[in-house]
Amino acid sequence: MQTARPEQEAGGNGAGEPFVRLVGICKSFSGVSVLRDIDVEFLPGEIHGLVGENGAGKSTVGKIVGGYYSRSAGDLFAFGEPVDSWDPPAALRRGIAMMHQELQLVPALSVAENVFLGIENSVGGLLRDDENERLADIAAFAGFDLDPDALAGTLSIADQQKVEIMRALARDARVIVMDEPTSSLTHDEAERLHAVMRKLRARGHTIIYVSHFLDHVLDVCDRVTVMRDGAVIRTAEASNETKATLVAAMIGRSAAEVAYPDLPPEPDRSGTPLLSVRNLSTETGLLDVSLDLFPGEIVGLVGLIGSGRTEIARAIFGADAATSGQVRIEGMDYQLRSPRESVARGIAMVPEDRRRQGLVLTQPVRPNMTLPHLDTFSTLGLVRGKGEKAHAKRLIEYLGVHPADVDGQVINYSGGNQQKVVLGKWIMSDPKIVILDEPSRGVDIGARRRIHEFIGETARRGAGVLVISSEIEEITGLAHRAYMVSDGRIIDEFRPSETSVDDVMWRLFHEQGNEGTARKAS
Amino acid sequence: MSSSRTSVEQGARRGRITAAGVARFFQTYAVAVMIVALIILLSFLSDSFLTVQNLINILNQNTPLAIMAAAMTLVIICGGFDLSVGAIFAVGSVAAAAIALAVDPLAGLIAAPLIGAGLGFVNGVTIVTLNIHSFLATLAMGLVYRGIAILITGGTLVPVRLEAFTWLGRDRIGPIYIAVIVMVAFAVLLTVVLNRSTLGRRIFAVGGNEEAAILSGIRTRRVKIIAFSINGFAAGLAAAIAVSRISLGQATAGMGMELEAIAAVIIGGTSIYGGQGAVWRSVAGVIMLALVNNGFNILNADPFYKDLTTGLIIVAAVAISASGRKR
Repeated sequence: MQTARPEQEAGGNGAGEPFVRLVGICKSFSGVSVLRDIDVEFLPGEIHGLVGENGAGKSTVGKIVGGYYSRSAGDLFAFGEPVDSWDPPAALRRGIAMMHQELQLVPALSVAENVFLGIENSVGGLLRDDENERLADIAAFAGFDLDPDALAGTLSIADQQKVEIMRALARDARVIVMDEPTSSLTHDEAERLHAVMRKLRARGHTIIYVSHFLDHVLDVCDRVTVMRDGAVIRTAEASNETKATLVAAMIGRSAAEVAYPDLPPEPDRSGTPLLSVRNLSTETGLLDVSLDLFPGEIVGLVGLIGSGRTEIARAIFGADAATSGQVRIEGMDYQLRSPRESVARGIAMVPEDRRRQGLVLTQPVRPNMTLPHLDTFSTLGLVRGKGEKAHAKRLIEYLGVHPADVDGQVINYSGGNQQKVVLGKWIMSDPKIVILDEPSRGVDIGARRRIHEFIGETARRGAGVLVISSEIEEITGLAHRAYMVSDGRIIDEFRPSETSVDDVMWRLFHEQGNEGTARKAS
Repeated sequence: MSSSRTSVEQGARRGRITAAGVARFFQTYAVAVMIVALIILLSFLSDSFLTVQNLINILNQNTPLAIMAAAMTLVIICGGFDLSVGAIFAVGSVAAAAIALAVDPLAGLIAAPLIGAGLGFVNGVTIVTLNIHSFLATLAMGLVYRGIAILITGGTLVPVRLEAFTWLGRDRIGPIYIAVIVMVAFAVLLTVVLNRSTLGRRIFAVGGNEEAAILSGIRTRRVKIIAFSINGFAAGLAAAIAVSRISLGQATAGMGMELEAIAAVIIGGTSIYGGQGAVWRSVAGVIMLALVNNGFNILNADPFYKDLTTGLIIVAAVAISASGRKR
């Protein structure tokens, strides 16, 4: 491996020719400009953070470096040489690899086969089947301990990322672009990934770290480039930045405005709950789930990914079938649950994955927003365009969707604005119960703030809100009350006002650890 | 931001929007542009092409296929495929003929689309209850229907020598064939359904993102069944026109028409991935194919080149619509 570099270059002190240099890079998608005059240098042996709101263009920069997007204008230099035709294979040949947010492994192939996919050793077209031996070297270098024969599809996200990293190392990549690598990782897993990144840096690799998680970026990066609206605001030493200075630069406002909005007044819990769930079990792994939601109340569900939070939401909404248990809405039994019936009863569910579950991306904004309520906008099966347009317009204004065009192509919108469209779709009928699954994931700070305000407004008008979030801070900042979920069960209930984030975190990880050992024992 | 910079940006943006606009125009109207180009080309190559009679004939001859392509658009937007319409056409054809002889000519013509709708309904129910891809379901059901058509006729042709049977396929009102009027009315109706009705919205949603549609409370199975029923109805209607025209019911009718209909939809630029498309474009796709056909006939060209040309046109159409998805 030709990765050993002189030690003085490690640490990103700015010495030496930049590995990758962008000069005046512009990019537009079908006429919409997303990057303007980007100048950045990625130095040898540095971890370089790219931060910004969603839609600021940080992922786009990463993808241009990795060859996944072509640039509309400007110059790209790799290891000092200008590059002309640039695509992922060309980038890999020059030693630049990209790790996508959605990992790109072949699930049916083993770890070793994935790592060496396309660069297998062969004799006359026949595989030599030596991937496992070759993998051992790389795994030792990176300090990973993965079964080379395990199928990639069976691995956790964290382990799949390790495979991706080894894949980059197997191709002697000196620059690795990581796009939101920690978004699906637990706290510990993110820590471990950071340790690997530091190790790679010490060997002279450069890592371009695109992320929303400012804590993670500040923890591991040497330098950070802040982007806003498709332009670079500044590149600075990470040690000179704080979360507050980064946020201020990202949004062009002060961080104080980014705090959580005021909690709506404590609800009255003496009456009939709006939603009451008793002993709900499902084939998706829920066991005896019981919870209550009162009018005007915001209730959080916290738990690690895979704990069953989403499954609780889906079972209540009727998207998954239950095997036993009861759901009552305002004291009335609601047993034959289906999404259609839930919509009719005033339940809204904003799903976890807006692109896969929330939006019809082939359609513009208006039909997306009115999809669950088409019958209220139609006469004899024909849609009344005017009424529909007026309602969509009102919601676009209320939620601040940008661009404010009822027939805008939602596929081109930023994550935050797509999420606002999904919210608009659900609040059109003023639902009584609003279930929000990860409402602010992958959303910029401005949109996040608006979504949080919306949650408060919804509770103030007397609806109940059930919020699921991987960010425990979000729940403690927003909810009156919260449940901890682990392994398909509700393990505890707490008041955010009386509990610290660390306590919740400790409890959740402790609980998970117990299950892990219990499973191994059985 | 300084004013000079904004003006430069605006200039640049205007330039990009025109480039993107041209690309989008071509994606939307590629089939129309190709039709115009073909008409101009054929007008120069042959005097007999650009006559009112020839153009009317082309349109009239292709009404059955145009009706099928129009309805196939709905199924494809819905995320499906229907390989059974050729066989439904055959069942419609022999059933119309048999009923015309046994009962009444008009009853036969009315029965064909209704039987077609029934077979389409069976397709839809098969797909949603067995939860199999429509490609497989309709491939298998198509064989079943073809078998039914043969059973009805016992393998023989069914000639219908009745005056009251031929009006639909042969008569005209003024200069315009009744069949053409039926085809245009049907296409307009489907366009209204697709773009103005709740059903149309739901068809787009099911094809665009089925999971989002389910979570929005849409009965996606019902939507699919309706789309396939409409498609069956169209095949039956097309069969009624065709059988009325030739006064002959035959179990081998409509062989390969399903593929021609799908080809026309694709040439029109409707996405085979579902969620996008328009009825008029599929009808234009049929006209496009018909012009190529007619061109070869009036120029007396080697028919070998006809298939070759048609194939290349389909590739070009797919390439144009795929270029829109590129990043």
